[in-house]
Amino acid sequence: MMKFLSEYRDPELATALVSRIRALSTRPWTLMEVCGGQTHTIVKQGILDVLGDSVEMIHGPGCPVCVTPLEQIDRALHLAGRPEVIFTSFGDMLRVPGSDCDLFQVRAQGGEVQVVYSPLDALELARANPDREVVFFAVGFETTAPANAMAVWQARELGIKNFSVLVSHVTVPPAMTAILESSDNRVQGFLAAGHVCTVMGWSEYEPIADRYQVPIVVTGFEPVDILEGIWMAVKQLEEGRAQVENQYARSVRRDGNRQARDIVSQVFELVDRQWRGIGEIPMSGLGLRDEFAAWDAEQKFDLHGIRATEPAECRAGDVLRGRIKPIECAAFGKACTPENPLGAPMVSSEGACAAYWSYARYREGGGGGEESAEQSTEVRS
Amino acid sequence: MSGPKGPNRPDAESLASVGLSCPVPTGEGDRILLGHGSGGKLSAALIRDRFLPRFSNPALAVLGDGAEVVLGTERMAISTDTFVVSPLEFPGGDIGLLAVHGTLNDVAMMGAEPVCLSTGFVLEEGLSLTLLDRVLESMADAARQAGVPIVTGDTKVVERGKADGMFINTTGVGRLRDDFRPAPDQASPGDVVLVSGPIGRHGIAVMAVREGLGFDVDVESDTAHLGPLVESLRAACGQHVRALRDPTRGGVASALNEIAAASGVAISLDGGAIPVPVPVAAACEVLGLDPLYVANEGVLVAVVAAEAADSAIQSLRAHPAGAESIQIGEVKDRPAGMVTLRTGLGGSRVVDMLPGDQLPRIC
Repeated sequence: MMKFLSEYRDPELATALVSRIRALSTRPWTLMEVCGGQTHTIVKQGILDVLGDSVEMIHGPGCPVCVTPLEQIDRALHLAGRPEVIFTSFGDMLRVPGSDCDLFQVRAQGGEVQVVYSPLDALELARANPDREVVFFAVGFETTAPANAMAVWQARELGIKNFSVLVSHVTVPPAMTAILESSDNRVQGFLAAGHVCTVMGWSEYEPIADRYQVPIVVTGFEPVDILEGIWMAVKQLEEGRAQVENQYARSVRRDGNRQARDIVSQVFELVDRQWRGIGEIPMSGLGLRDEFAAWDAEQKFDLHGIRATEPAECRAGDVLRGRIKPIECAAFGKACTPENPLGAPMVSSEGACAAYWSYARYREGGGGGEESAEQSTEVRS
Repeated sequence: MSGPKGPNRPDAESLASVGLSCPVPTGEGDRILLGHGSGGKLSAALIRDRFLPRFSNPALAVLGDGAEVVLGTERMAISTDTFVVSPLEFPGGDIGLLAVHGTLNDVAMMGAEPVCLSTGFVLEEGLSLTLLDRVLESMADAARQAGVPIVTGDTKVVERGKADGMFINTTGVGRLRDDFRPAPDQASPGDVVLVSGPIGRHGIAVMAVREGLGFDVDVESDTAHLGPLVESLRAACGQHVRALRDPTRGGVASALNEIAAASGVAISLDGGAIPVPVPVAAACEVLGLDPLYVANEGVLVAVVAAEAADSAIQSLRAHPAGAESIQIGEVKDRPAGMVTLRTGLGGSRVVDMLPGDQLPRIC
């Protein structure tokens, strides 16, 4: 596996691509990488440093941890605190702040919260604990939807009644459309998320590229992938084209993964969905179909009464829409740090704010001079 | 640490209207979280805010791997550690081996020559005596190989469910030397940073067993006594050795952050030079972890004067546990207190202390 990875991390190949991008751009272009995994690579590998002024990258809303609405987090916290419930989740949801606390704190209070690596592990846990209610926090984009759908499907097939899912699935194309529709949009081209397209394919992006005249390049997650994706998008922009192209050909086919799409559409249907920091986007989420209502935690535990409003000082919405860089938020590094996050983008390692915090902070603070030293004192105080 | 602030909790009326009473705690930050044991910022804050003010004294204030105390004319090192690993046995070792190596290593990182160990056990009702025997054999072997006797101890038994099989505490006493005093605050610009072997093996070996990852991870814990490596370093480089740490929980990143902060210097790492075994790198990829934060039990990081770098590396490589010793970075003056890493592409990033445990990513 690492052999395949190292090929896409080859510094020489990457450096050559950077030169090609710089040579190709006749003006500074503004691109958005949709997926948080891509943001992570861009910042972790110092890609912003090497691109210079040729391309500005705006970090998109594709971090599932970041866009899961506060209300769903509060519902998760409520469920996790119930004595009969074993609450299961992917690891990085545990530190996402709800209105009052996070899942770690609920666990310290006696709630049973377990990290799982797959929803099928949660289903197995339900089978092994017939006297408990096992709830899985089904968050994510189209990437995690097939496995989550499979868990619900299997629960029905096997007649496992003490398993349910708290669903907060979202889909990429409506979010891209919402960004393009906004009056202050600056995005001129997209790197679409390779993993999402591995499941869904790219045909659904063709109408978007056509209607809004933006290049969309389906892109992978390694440094060479991302630089090649940027190069392909810049090339389209320079040539005045607006098409969907596939950089991530080793994983993505035009129609995606048929079996995965089938299980998703059998279990889920399109619903309106709240995005944290952004608001409701019509038909932008996946909800369980009626026939699976018995496995829907919201119905099973009647959670509709739990409502929440987001803290006003958190500008996650502006960050997720690319209106401001994390460092331009007044709360960044002061009221909002990874230890005390105001909003989810500061929590997940894929979140734009946390990525800036971990990897790029001292550059922005003056290129490593005195200012950054002061900043670091602040961090440690 | 206070928890996340939230002025907008789910309002009580809306909850009451559907017959729910929200069990979400409202007294934020009033309990110990698992993250307080991670070796990251939460651990540091716990010690700084609650332990230090109450136990305050000059020896403690140094906050090294152990303390220095003077007995008559002799300067002694004393260090204590408690071991709570689950599972108790894992590829490459067990809790007993860790308990001896871990404390001896802390004594070694102070530059001291170990004299003796004490140990305390908390045993859970129902623990297999065969398993206990194996752990005790491991401890005895490790102590014998190190030439350090376990001179006193204590056992307690608690009811089933009150402890995870067994917890072990060990305390080590060592003799400090006047001509060899590495300390976290002694790094200065121009020094180089060395690591004595491939990183991340212990953490990944334990995680692979504990988490039931469902794929084979061909890696064993690196647990080892580092005293002989330190002794070679001392013989070869003496006072050129500025700082030594064994990067256990929190990994190499946290250990180097502590040195950078204590010395008021910057540490700049060469991302391509850091030795990460292929199985560790692969497991970290799958789990979304960074090997720089994964625990080691048989690796040391050393900050040494640049002119001593070659002889330091040669002296470490004379030992099996140090055969792959290599330089991974250098000490600079700015940005003070921070660790940065140069990427293969020529960019750079901050390698920060983590707030708590590393969390596996969703996708």
